[in-house]
Amino acid sequence: MMNLKKNELLYFALRNNKLKVGLAILLFFAVLTVVGPLLTDYPPFDYIGPAAAPPSAEFWFGTTTFGQDVFTQFVHGLKASFLVGIVGGGLGTLLGILIGFIAGYRGGLVDEILNMLTNIVLVIPTLAVLLIIVAYLEVRGLFIESIFIGCTAWPWAARAIRAQTFSLRSRDFVDLARLSGMKSLKVIFTEIAPNMMSYLLLVFILQFGGAVLIAATLDFIGLGPTNAISLGLMMNNAVLWGALILGIWWWFIPPGLAITAIVGALYVTNVGLDEVFNPKLREM
Amino acid sequence: MKRYFGRKLLVYILTFFIAVTIDWMIPRFMPGNPVDVLMARAGSFAGATELMHDYYTKVFGLDVPLWQQYINFWGALLHGDLGISVYVFPKPVAEVIMDAVPFDIFLLVPSILLSWFAGNWFGAFAARSKRLDNTILPLGYILTATPYMWLAMLLAWTLGIVFEVFPIAGGYSFSLTPTFSWVFISSLFKHWFLPFISLFLVGFGGWAIGMRNMIIYELEADYSHYLEALGAPRKLVRKYAFNNAVLPQLTGLALQLGVIVAGALVTEVVFSYPGIGYLILQAINTRDYFLLQGCFLFIILGVLLANFVIDIAYVLVDPRTRAGMQGESA
Repeated sequence: MMNLKKNELLYFALRNNKLKVGLAILLFFAVLTVVGPLLTDYPPFDYIGPAAAPPSAEFWFGTTTFGQDVFTQFVHGLKASFLVGIVGGGLGTLLGILIGFIAGYRGGLVDEILNMLTNIVLVIPTLAVLLIIVAYLEVRGLFIESIFIGCTAWPWAARAIRAQTFSLRSRDFVDLARLSGMKSLKVIFTEIAPNMMSYLLLVFILQFGGAVLIAATLDFIGLGPTNAISLGLMMNNAVLWGALILGIWWWFIPPGLAITAIVGALYVTNVGLDEVFNPKLREM
Repeated sequence: MKRYFGRKLLVYILTFFIAVTIDWMIPRFMPGNPVDVLMARAGSFAGATELMHDYYTKVFGLDVPLWQQYINFWGALLHGDLGISVYVFPKPVAEVIMDAVPFDIFLLVPSILLSWFAGNWFGAFAARSKRLDNTILPLGYILTATPYMWLAMLLAWTLGIVFEVFPIAGGYSFSLTPTFSWVFISSLFKHWFLPFISLFLVGFGGWAIGMRNMIIYELEADYSHYLEALGAPRKLVRKYAFNNAVLPQLTGLALQLGVIVAGALVTEVVFSYPGIGYLILQAINTRDYFLLQGCFLFIILGVLLANFVIDIAYVLVDPRTRAGMQGESA
């Protein structure tokens, strides 16, 4: 029975163009992230070439106004984006799941309090909090940025998961599990969670994309990592050192294009997966 | 309905309280206090330094214990007094911000509303129409995945520098002084257009995709099939689907506000558009924490106000909240 269901999902997954296109783009960038650093001989911040040279055989994506190799910065920046997406998006999903499950399953006062917390985190300007944190951490890595993004991006996930849990809670099989004396946590993880697995995967994909975009914003205003290159930081440097006015397009086009492609591919994958999991949405 | 607003109000008050407390912490818990910044700028004259230091400490109200500073802050806040800016020294923060706020209102309100309405309308139109779904919707995915500042940079570079159609810096031409004249207003409009369109486009893509997906969910719901089985015209079924799909889109708008504000901030930075976002960057660079505090206070107020407006809109479009039942946003 289980085998048949898996094959059915696989059958629809292989037929879904959105899913195929999305995954192909993601795979391309994932491979580039791994292989890219092997293709360059330079560290990302070193001044190695002529200033503001356009793309050439030696410098594939050209150089910055300081003579840094854009391609090197680009592939290292990709790694940063994937890291922030996985760690930040993962943490955001985890917190959303935890708070959503507890609020939706328990209901009552616990639900009210968690709901209030969700609303507060949603409205508080996270930049203000980040500024205070930034001031105290002179050296900040990608990991800290990811943690911060995860801790502030969970509210919508918690809301969505809470609503789903709420509707599953009153089903017969959950009642039965509860009647048989199962502990709450066990009911959540053995009865409710398996029925939402596909949904949780979709939440993670959206959190992943969201985290990449937020990281780009933070890096762009100079609140990102201080000891690593990232795609947002590349754009920040490009604007700061007049790439727009000087027409050094090879400096700011690749990082933005990569973010757009990765996040867009994630969104398309998300919709494709939704169609695979949800028979009602499949196009006939 | 009373219960609905009662609960909302409680959350708003609590949020406001916590947000303002965090905001209050900015100038006080930052290493390198504002007085030192001013002193460093003034240079050092032996002997005078001590006096100046005491004077500035008093001016900024930093000479009393922390708990008293906190109470004083709330007191001053209720009087609309946000302290004095370091960046443009003796000018009060409230005045600096008031100069910037109109630019934000004219930029944000039209771009948010227009992108929301246009996106929803278009998404509903494209749903389940094969041709539009395959041609224009991919564009929606690209737009919503675009980082705000990148689209802004692309527009600034192509339309501003390569083709020189639009100016790319400032809120109006530097050669003009603000007057109520045709020349000034047209300059204002020209400088407003690129930031507006880049905010609009990113938002539009997201709302169109969201609406398209929601409509498909609704069209597959039992009530839609039932209506179809009864022989209801396609247009009527779509209308019901649209009415139901608007609710999550409205909730989505409330959820997205923070992201939109951050997006406006970086867009303003790219175009050097003199709104709050640009001020924040200046304040960070000059370590003007009181100005920073004032800017965030305005953002907090703006986001809370927008949330409140959305809550009211929710009551208007969702009859369940009016009937005292728990609507979706509860």
